[in-house]
Amino acid sequence: MTYDILITGLIIVAQILAVVVPVLISVAFLVYAERKVLALIQLRRGPNIVGPFGILQSFADALKLITKENIIPSGSNKIVFILAPIITMVLSLAGWAVIPFAPGWVVSDINVGIMYLFAVSSLGVYGIIMAGWASNSQYPFLGALRSAAQMVSYEVSIGFVIITVLLCVGSLNLSKIVLAQQTVWFAIPLLPMFIIFFISALAETNRLPFDLPEDESTLVAGFFTEYSSASFVLFFLGEYASMILMSSMTVILFLGGWLPPFDVYPLNVVPGVIWFTVKVIFILFLFIWVRGTFPRYRYDQLMRLGWKVFLPFSLFWVVATSGFLVYFDMLPN
Amino acid sequence: MVLYSLTFYLFSSVAVLSSLMVISAKNPVHSVLFLILSFVNASGLFVLLGAEFLAMILVVVYVGAVAVLFLFVVMMLDINFVKLREGFLQYLPFGALLGIVLVIELGILFLTDRSSNIYNNQTPLQPIANEVENTKMIGQILYTKYFYLFQICGIILLVAMIGSITLTLRDKGGVKRQNIDSQNTVDASTAIEKKKVKIGEGI
Repeated sequence: MTYDILITGLIIVAQILAVVVPVLISVAFLVYAERKVLALIQLRRGPNIVGPFGILQSFADALKLITKENIIPSGSNKIVFILAPIITMVLSLAGWAVIPFAPGWVVSDINVGIMYLFAVSSLGVYGIIMAGWASNSQYPFLGALRSAAQMVSYEVSIGFVIITVLLCVGSLNLSKIVLAQQTVWFAIPLLPMFIIFFISALAETNRLPFDLPEDESTLVAGFFTEYSSASFVLFFLGEYASMILMSSMTVILFLGGWLPPFDVYPLNVVPGVIWFTVKVIFILFLFIWVRGTFPRYRYDQLMRLGWKVFLPFSLFWVVATSGFLVYFDMLPN
Repeated sequence: MVLYSLTFYLFSSVAVLSSLMVISAKNPVHSVLFLILSFVNASGLFVLLGAEFLAMILVVVYVGAVAVLFLFVVMMLDINFVKLREGFLQYLPFGALLGIVLVIELGILFLTDRSSNIYNNQTPLQPIANEVENTKMIGQILYTKYFYLFQICGIILLVAMIGSITLTLRDKGGVKRQNIDSQNTVDASTAIEKKKVKIGEGI
């Protein structure tokens, strides 16, 4: 009896490691890729010293940061201050439990997969609020307040986008969402929703042009101003891991997950995992491209975009899509 | 089954302990954080009951939105801890009375004969192995049997929302606003004016 539990436990741990370790390694290479792409956009060379083409730069940076002294401000609320980066990191990895990389390649294939992802991404704000409050310092606090308002606002339109996709699928299971796109990827019939989702994902992950919580020209470094060493690394890893998570969510909802673009001979022999990875890399490239191209939004413009443009528009699309599906009798099931 | 009970006791004990901490923590922000922990554990219990949709809704709505705004407000308030403790003895009898009433009610519920109350022909709470997902089951009952109640709930929420907006809406004069449409239509001909200024004279 106890032996069975031990075996089950070991299998679960092995599955978790099989997902988390590649995610963490890809975070390291994403940071390197971002620096390299930004450098090319700005006609610089980027990291090119550590390893061939500077490919080991992120590992060197991580090692440097971890060996530094971890400073906890004396005026801070110590327990919450230490908990905040841990929560950020854990939440950005928790979402990976339901991501299907290929048919059957998923740690937990639950019925409410998309709701779980939505819940985990909406919890991400806690790490930031706790960090800002516990630091007991003005700039982090301002960053935390901005982040709280921003993430709550953009979650609403993300919710409506997810509802539109679910209307076309008829299930909350992520594998079924991917399989529903065998005829056509949802990015084509639901193109406006795809664009809204991508922009909201930028806001949800606090990326440029919506990185107001860490706005370095006005708030020093925003919510993680007081963090150093290993706790800073956790924030950094968490931010990039949640970026990859949001990209995977975009790929699953709109770009057909592991499916090839056309179900024809040379394309459909390529393993699903490769297609999934290529699509995620494409979305991540868009994230970096946007960062290199657009100026930062002003805060009132950000709020206006979320509440006055995206919310009415996505609500209209929910009604329009459901009306279309009912009228032409195309509702799933 | 051992794993099931283990997780049940983990979730429920953390939920109970964190609920206790909500009312006993000195710092209000800590109270809210414990409240969130208790919500998360309650949603874990829902998962164990096989009600995964309710569990996720609990996290999305209460933890992801309501508690964020709650935390937001509590963090912004300037709370005087000494003043907070002042009324303790004054409110104690009333609070104790409420607590005693609740305990008596729960006691009556648990101690009465099970055959005489509403539970008599129900099976114990356990995940129902069913082909239909519970998201679909909730939808089927919510939009048919409870349709009017569901709509009335929505209207109540709408009234509350309009009420709170009217309470806070104040039209202060002299506030400068950006008109996005008029700003987007600005071009060189409307923004710049050429004037010839004679020497020794102003405009």
